[in-house]
Amino acid sequence: MSQEGNMRRVTAIKNGTVIDHVPAGKALSVLKMLGIEGDMSNPVSLVMNVPSKKMGGKDIIKVEDRELTQNELDRLALVAPDASVAIIRAYSVAEKLEINLTEEVVNVARCTFSNCITINPREPLPHRLVVTKRDPLELRCRYCGKTQDIEGLVDSLL
Amino acid sequence: MPGLITMDDLTNEEITSILDDAERLLPVARGEMYLPLLQGRILGNLFFEPSTRTRMSFETAMKRLGGDVVNLGDVKTSSVVKGETLFDTIQMVDGYTDIIAMRHPRQGAAQYACDSARVPILNGGDGAGHHPTQTMLDLFTIRQAHGTLEGLNVVLAGDLRYGRTVHSLSHALIRFGCNVTFASPDSLRMPEEIVADLKEHGAEVVETDDLLAQINNADVIYMTRIQKERFPDEDEYAKVAGAYKLQASDLDGAKAEMIIMHPLPRVDEIHPSVDSTRHARYFEQAFNGVVARMSLMCWLLGVTVPEDINEKGVIL
Repeated sequence: MSQEGNMRRVTAIKNGTVIDHVPAGKALSVLKMLGIEGDMSNPVSLVMNVPSKKMGGKDIIKVEDRELTQNELDRLALVAPDASVAIIRAYSVAEKLEINLTEEVVNVARCTFSNCITINPREPLPHRLVVTKRDPLELRCRYCGKTQDIEGLVDSLL
Repeated sequence: MPGLITMDDLTNEEITSILDDAERLLPVARGEMYLPLLQGRILGNLFFEPSTRTRMSFETAMKRLGGDVVNLGDVKTSSVVKGETLFDTIQMVDGYTDIIAMRHPRQGAAQYACDSARVPILNGGDGAGHHPTQTMLDLFTIRQAHGTLEGLNVVLAGDLRYGRTVHSLSHALIRFGCNVTFASPDSLRMPEEIVADLKEHGAEVVETDDLLAQINNADVIYMTRIQKERFPDEDEYAKVAGAYKLQASDLDGAKAEMIIMHPLPRVDEIHPSVDSTRHARYFEQAFNGVVARMSLMCWLLGVTVPEDINEKGVIL
């Protein structure tokens, strides 16, 4: 299947956001991280495990009638740091955005260590994971200092 | 607010300066001199899990310097049992005190408290995490015995997996150029994460399960307690623990100035026959908790320890 073919699996959207080059199989995690649930009124299209020259396989997400903000997109750095994002207006790409990995990932996921102080859901301070290495990605909890299991973080998204 | 949460909060120069202050405060810690540097200050002792030495030595340190102490008391009868968050507890105690010493069963609790508070927090142990005030008194004890921290051969022995004192201490020793040997049963080895961290800082780390073979080359042997509950059955515990017991006769070939330390309480790992040898240093080490914590509280509260305390203090 060609790249063009991939895009045609779902129709072009008039207005909204297209997130391309999501690692294969991670689209559902991306939706979860963006807080996009089934009960929202915007149409959402999802293509999973399609061939990609660059990545071997990838997922694509199209969210209609909603322009994701840079802040929302930066949350994706944990699962899809190389995703490319386009804001669509009147069927054309109006803006291209990049996902930035900030110094600290705040209130995106809770620490995966079972004895961390943040395990108590009633504690009010933000969940803070500090980026200690970028490639490969390494995060440590600001509080307990434990290195995070990046795969496991998807299960502890807030 | 600045606090002491891990040893990374201190530079080597700050460590040296705090140990120098502690040295000068020794007569005050011994009760030979009255020097109320912290008069009017209140320490909040928040121990969410049992502690004898750490809690008492903090209390003694503050009182020796003329300050006062309020205690959280038994967690079972405090508002913690009613489900109060750590954040709320800290907000309250923050209003009552000028500085807080804290121990908590959850890892990261000290940093969390530090981020919640306006007064400085001293971490007295958070889960299996850090225990920097213990490290400071350990460094003080080592420097007192050897006159330096640099280039010493230090053997850390026993339960290196769960013993938080050895985690903080090994990081600090490496920073001062010590050679560190970890002697432990296989199941209680130093966590890989820590060994990797130490190696990243350029340390050469030796790991062994043979403690006795390390004795003759050591300047310091730091023993820790092997806890029964870490083992699936009594036999397995007895087998492992037996290899980590020091007796006076094991020390025949040791260097004359070698010291044996232990964070206490000990169970069987140091035989009472060692107590009367020149190597035993664990009771002085426990006493040094007072002087190290006096110095740390002065530092965190911005109170200068006078160069010549004889001029300022009153001999008792």
